[in-house]
Parts: sequence; structure tokens; C-alpha cells
Amino acid sequence: MSQHYDPTKDISPSAAYPEVSFAHHTDDATFKHRVKKTTLILTILTIAELALGFTIYALHKGEPSHTALLLIKGVVCILTLAKAYYIVSVFMHLGDEIRNFIMTIVVPLLLFIWFIIAFLADGHSYKNMRNKYDRYFKESTTPSGHPVIPSDAHKFSNQKGQRQ
Amino acid sequence: MEQTVTHNTKWWSGGKSPFNIEYGKIMMWYFLLSDSFTFGAFLISLGTVRFGLNYWPEPSIVFNTFPFAGHANLPLAFVSVMTFVLIISSVTMVLAVHAGHNRDRKGVEKYLLLTIIGGLIFLSCQAWEWTHLLTAKNPVLVGDHIEVMAQRNGFNPWGEIVLPQDVAPALAKTSPETLATLVHEQHLSHASHAELLQTPKDQLIQLLSNSEMVVRKPGPAAFGGFFYGITGFHGFHVSVGVILLIIMLIQTKMGVYDRRGHYLMIEKIGLYWHFVDLVWVFVFLCFYLV
Repeated sequence: MSQHYDPTKDISPSAAYPEVSFAHHTDDATFKHRVKKTTLILTILTIAELALGFTIYALHKGEPSHTALLLIKGVVCILTLAKAYYIVSVFMHLGDEIRNFIMTIVVPLLLFIWFIIAFLADGHSYKNMRNKYDRYFKESTTPSGHPVIPSDAHKFSNQKGQRQ
Repeated sequence: MEQTVTHNTKWWSGGKSPFNIEYGKIMMWYFLLSDSFTFGAFLISLGTVRFGLNYWPEPSIVFNTFPFAGHANLPLAFVSVMTFVLIISSVTMVLAVHAGHNRDRKGVEKYLLLTIIGGLIFLSCQAWEWTHLLTAKNPVLVGDHIEVMAQRNGFNPWGEIVLPQDVAPALAKTSPETLATLVHEQHLSHASHAELLQTPKDQLIQLLSNSEMVVRKPGPAAFGGFFYGITGFHGFHVSVGVILLIIMLIQTKMGVYDRRGHYLMIEKIGLYWHFVDLVWVFVFLCFYLV
């Protein structure tokens, strides 16, 4: 890296901080293009997430299948991770730093893989055990299967016979 | 510079940054790394509690209002505005940092100001949302009668829907004051609240049972604690960010960074501001989308 260093062409940080010789500044046109592109990507991803959020809302007016909901929510999580990637790598310029530095940030973050799996599994197993051994908990908290969204609730008084 | 790249350079003993980044910036990154674990722990504990319960309120029934839209059912609308405000303020922050690279003082001032405005809009939106949730008058089935409840610590008004055939007996046992409030809140009568208090109970019950009023059971109490705890902690970060940005703006105007010869401080606050946006992406996911 440092054999290309030319102090006369260097702008700010290196002049004040001689230990920093790795300036990653792009020219204005490339920069503008990159920011525009990233903003567009973030907007599209957010709109896609909202569309899926509304799909979940629409599904709750009926009786949604558990698998379909889980699938949609999984896709929303992946879109969120994509947004996080663009914010960190472009807006925060982590993608432009040298690899070893990126690793000091990314490797500790891998702990989240264990963190999420372990604690969600813990909650899930707690629920299963409570439902098994605490009948009052199960009966008082299990949803009875009618829609959770209000708009169609008033129709259910007519369908009582079929439901019970 | 050139002769430092020799075989006997002591890379880790000072004089050279192994990562080629200024010290303060590295430390800002490591602070943000630790902060991501703080937020991560909060959000994952929310996940543990959610996975441990049979019922959790759907976000679209909790967050369905919009300022000045009255009782219109607009799920997710307001929070998408908040999300876009934060994304746009992140973009203006990127532009401020870039202006700082070019030592363009006017540019830095302009974009810092826009970022501050974005942050303030976001905070105002959050203040409105909190106020709304804490003061809304939701009909909730408590025991055998209906009460008007807002969300608060330890109480969540968004449980399961009570079926219409179960609402009728509950209405009969509800106090006249609550009935009057409900009729008033649902806009079922042109009479004022005081006049409704004088109206016979039967008439109020009649009005309510013909309406489309949705009565719910109390929901899981943990919802409020997590919601206010996590969005509050995030809002605290945004407030700190806005204060820091204001300080940066004043210092830029005073020419502090021009005299220093670099705008690295703007880069560091930029990292913090993007992190706040990043956390919101996950808060948005955990509370409003799934």
C-alpha cells in the first residue's frame, strides 16, 4: 500500500496523522453514483419489506398457514440483513478498509449466530414445557383460531356454529 | 514514509497504524461493535420471550394509526415514514462526510444541518407514537366487564379479539362512565361526553353493540417493557447523535476543523449516525414487521 503513497497528493487525515497512509477517497462522480445507487437499493429493500408486512397483515384476516407466515418472515429477515450489509459496507465505508480491520469487526459479530439460535431455542423449549406441564397456561393463552385483525371479526358471530 | 517499510519496522509499537486508520476512528468502530451487542442482547431477549409465549400481538394491530388521521386503520404507514426519514438522514450524513474529505466547509455545514433536521423529525415521530400508545382508549375485557385502557408497563391492551357473542354480556356489566367514554371514542353519537353520561345505560349498550367496536383481552404484559425499553434506548442514541451533530455544526462554523486541517471528527460522528440507522433497521424488523 504505502509504496504508492504520495504526500503531495494526499488530502486531510494523513497530513495530520502521519501513521495513516491509506487514503480511500474516490472522485466526486464515482462517489455520487455510489451513494445514489445505495440509496435506491435501500429504498427498494424497505418497500419490499413493507409489501411483505402488508401481505402478513392481509393473511391475518383469514386463517394463515403457519409455514407461509414463517416463510414470509424469513424473507423479511434476509432483506433486513441485505440492508444492514449496504449500510455498513457503503455508508460506513467498512468495505473500503483493509481486510484485517474488517475481520476485527466481523469475526466478533459471528457470536450472534450462536446468540440468536441458542436463545430462541431456549424460549421455544420453555414454551413447549409450559404447554406440557401447565395446563392453565396453555388453555388461557393459546389463540382460539379466529382472525387477529379486526376488519372481519364482526362476521364471525354468524359463523359461530361452524367454528365450534 | 518510504523507509519505514523495512524488515525491522516495529508495526505494533507505535509510529504506524497497522490498520491504516486513525486511532479515534478505530475506537469508534469498537464502541459500535460493543453497542451492537447491547442492542442485540435486548432484541434477542425479546425473541426469547416471544418464542416462549403462545400469543403475541400482531404489529399491524398495535401500530395502525397516523397523526391527524383519526381512527383510520393505517397499519405500518407511520413507521415507514420514520424509517425513510432515518434513511434520508443517513444519506445526508454520507454527503457531509464526503464534503469533509474535500474540505468543503459550506457543504459540511449544509449537510450536517439537514442531518440534524432528519434526526429531530425522527424523534418527534417517536414522541407522537409513544404519546399515542400511552393515551389511546382501547376497550379491553377485564374479568367480566369492559374497561378503557391504554398501554402501560405491566398492561397490554392488544390481546385476542373477544367474539361479538361474548361482548354483549360484558357490556351489560360495564360501568356507565366507561360506556359513555366508549360511545364518545367510537364517534357513535353527536352528544358530548357530559351528555352521554346522562344517557340511559340501555341506549349506550344498544349503540355499542350495533357498532364495529373491537374488544380485546389483555395481551402479554412483556410487550410494553420491551417496546419502550428498546425504542427508548434507540431514541436515546438518536438524541445523543443529534446533540453531537449540533456541536459539530457549531465547531465547523467556528472553523475548528479548518484550523485542524481535517474533518475526521465528522467521519467519526458519521459512523455513529449510520450505526443508529442500522439499529433502527433491526428494531423495525423485530417490532413492526415480524
